[in-house]
Amino acid sequence: MSAPVQSPRSFPADGNLRRRQLWNRVMLVLLVLGSLIVVAPLVLVLGAVVMKGIAAINLAFFLEPFRPLDEGGGGLAHAIVGTLLMNLLALLIGGVLGLAGGILLSEYPDHPINPTLRVISDLLNGLPALLKGLVVYAVVVIPTGQFSGYAGALALALIMVPIVLRATEGVLKLVPWSVREAGLALGLPRWRVILSLVLPAATSGVITGLMLGFARAAGEAAPLYFTAGGSQLLTFNLSQQVESLALSIYKYANEPSPLRQEQAWAASLVLTLLVLAASLLARWATRRWTS
Amino acid sequence: MTARPPEARISPLYRALGDRLFVGVVLALCLLIIGIVVLIGWQLAANGSRAFAAFGLLGFLGGTTWDPVANIFGAWPFILGTLITSVAALALAFFPALAVAIFAVEYAPRWLGNVLQYALELLASLPSVIYGLWGLLVLAPAVRGVQQAIVGWAFEREMDWLVQILGVPIGIGMTTAVIVLAVMVIPYAASLAKDSIALVPSTQREAAYGLGATKWEVIRNAVLPYARGGILAGVILGFTRALGETMAVVLVIGNNKNLPFTVFGSATTIPSAIVNEFGEAQGLQLSSLLALGFILFILSGAMNLLAAWIVKRMSVEGRL
Amino acid sequence: MDEQKTVLTPPTSGSSASPNGTPDSSPLKPRMETRGLSVYYGKKVGVGNVTLPIYANKITALIGPSGCGKTTFLRALNRMHDLTPIARVEGEALLDGKNIYAPGVDPVEVRRKIGMVFQKPNPFPTLTIYDNVVAGLKLLGVRRKDVLDEAVERSLAQAALWDEVKDRLRAPGMSLSGGQQQRLCIARALAVEPEVLLMDEPTSALDPISTQAIEDLMSDLKNHVTIAIVTHNMQQAARVSDFTAYFLLGELVEFGPTNQLFTNPKDPRTEAYITGRFG
Repeated sequence: MSAPVQSPRSFPADGNLRRRQLWNRVMLVLLVLGSLIVVAPLVLVLGAVVMKGIAAINLAFFLEPFRPLDEGGGGLAHAIVGTLLMNLLALLIGGVLGLAGGILLSEYPDHPINPTLRVISDLLNGLPALLKGLVVYAVVVIPTGQFSGYAGALALALIMVPIVLRATEGVLKLVPWSVREAGLALGLPRWRVILSLVLPAATSGVITGLMLGFARAAGEAAPLYFTAGGSQLLTFNLSQQVESLALSIYKYANEPSPLRQEQAWAASLVLTLLVLAASLLARWATRRWTS
Repeated sequence: MTARPPEARISPLYRALGDRLFVGVVLALCLLIIGIVVLIGWQLAANGSRAFAAFGLLGFLGGTTWDPVANIFGAWPFILGTLITSVAALALAFFPALAVAIFAVEYAPRWLGNVLQYALELLASLPSVIYGLWGLLVLAPAVRGVQQAIVGWAFEREMDWLVQILGVPIGIGMTTAVIVLAVMVIPYAASLAKDSIALVPSTQREAAYGLGATKWEVIRNAVLPYARGGILAGVILGFTRALGETMAVVLVIGNNKNLPFTVFGSATTIPSAIVNEFGEAQGLQLSSLLALGFILFILSGAMNLLAAWIVKRMSVEGRL
Repeated sequence: MDEQKTVLTPPTSGSSASPNGTPDSSPLKPRMETRGLSVYYGKKVGVGNVTLPIYANKITALIGPSGCGKTTFLRALNRMHDLTPIARVEGEALLDGKNIYAPGVDPVEVRRKIGMVFQKPNPFPTLTIYDNVVAGLKLLGVRRKDVLDEAVERSLAQAALWDEVKDRLRAPGMSLSGGQQQRLCIARALAVEPEVLLMDEPTSALDPISTQAIEDLMSDLKNHVTIAIVTHNMQQAARVSDFTAYFLLGELVEFGPTNQLFTNPKDPRTEAYITGRFG
């Protein structure tokens, strides 16, 4: 046993403390600056959309379909109708597919197909929306020889699928096991347990997923460019070419006419409000669900 | 209470058949999902094969001419443009994204952390066309002034080489596209990085504090290394987003398919080209566009898989 | 009752024996002492009004049932509560006579001088064994390889780990067993040459053999650093420590040489705990 040792220190007595604390403060400043850089676009972009959108929005925007500039320009009613119809149809298709995927991953976790499904869903999520439009173009538009709202809805459905799938799986997994147990103990077959007990328990979560998918797809323009094709006509017939809000923004952004640009800002405002509403509702629903 | 046990009231056939049917339907739908992704790759390849056959794989990938009149199509300018803009956007986005992620988890009080979370979610879900509209009508004019000043400065000092590289400053072009892309990528990378940093166990931070570390030293030496898998995955996924961005880019990049690209001048990317050239495209031109789509499919698919692999390999939980 | 047993006055030779029996002839002086130290979480009292010496080069054990405040007290000794916004510390904690809570004192420096080992081993998983040990030194600006090498060997030897790992210093820190990881953490803490080492239930997550190894190294270690150890295991306290402090419900009930506190406790509450009537 050696006596207590006071060896000469191997580091400077003050441990470079002042320099390190200085560096500590510098990093804090840099981190705040970096965060401001991130938040700035929120202010700049949202600010522009809100200011210019509010200035441009009027009743005609909602009620009137396209009219040429020399007839006053009209509104974007045709785009609004198109957006709603295509997205609702897409919700039906994409929602069912996403639901099925979520159910499989959550309720049948040992199924051999699950790892593949997960990878595919992630791939689909990361795939550019453009490609989803291209595939529908190749598979539907070319053979039928025309653009249509149905093709557009199909492309939008592909965009919704991974979102709905992920949300459904997540929320189904949160349903306590005791719910399933109770149903099985009553002698209910598994499919009844899932449809009548588990899914209803997760309703708000599933609806949230559907809402988020809807909002996401409503903002997409690229896939519709190759499928719905865009139109200047107000129509409820999806077998024809159909316009959407996002497509209109793209088209009007490039036009030199101030009126068209205003309409683009107004459409941006509407889409932004839709997205904002969906994400706030989703947050609120999640909070209610998990508390 | 009923006299008969519940199971006897439900015929086993009903139960078994119902279960079989249900699983069958669910499975069929899931197989459909898988089939769709396969279909995407297959259709793009099949429809693009004409172009690949006409120019050869390397010939198409490396070809620098895109001429509908002469019926010659080469993908290189678009591939190059895509890579340059995506890498540059990521380089711009990396530090702000990491900064806000660190700040939100390690420094901000809870309410501020939540606000930042909302902000990131909102930024990530804004439609691409809106970023494009803003980029074209608000950002580009602002940037043009700065660009012109810079080019003017280089011109006055007779730095011809610099003027060459900078190109013609019209506001829209490579630089503006990169800025818009960076703005769009930041929320993605930041969210993933933030989640990864929040998962670092507090015992790691305590170990570093216990050694006598400043707050930044704790972050740099204990938190970030632990979270590096998720952070890297966030970077790669941000890159993937940038690769596939269409509407925002096509509105601000100017769509010039002639090499060489200049810093301020117009350029092009694969997605923007597909939109731009689509109009009346037929035959070989159409096939070439779909071939471009296939290239994009491979690129983004590979990046996605890479990100997933990195999370598995580099995360502390993954390796243990 | 908020009176506590008085602190033992420095003994003359022979009257205070350390656990391994050799009579101690050097006068005891406290390396650290607290005066009226209290920790509050909001309005709740974590531990109140503790006045206690931690004698130099001795092992002081802090025992008591769960929730008694012993860990709260320990963490106040290296200002770890600074990291918790709702925690508030009052009173004084002196290191070599200077209050570590005095205004103007940098907690970063305090924590270099007063090291800590935690309940669950927490080596840095992305670093090698070598890099784990020198982590603290690198923060202090040490770069020279010879200095670092020497520190690694010294610290690992003090932590009774050198022989087991000296051939694989570049192996990942996580490749070690639980007991080895904890010794690695001890080495890491020792590398920056602290005056005091605080140990928060360091063996509670380990198997008996690893526990034994760590208890063994502690008796040598106290020649280099002063040790304060929180343990929920009374037998460990009796085996290992020179002095023991018994905490109950957030206050210090009794303090004294370990032998005496365990064989002849002065406070009935201490006796109740030691004889196993509760806790």
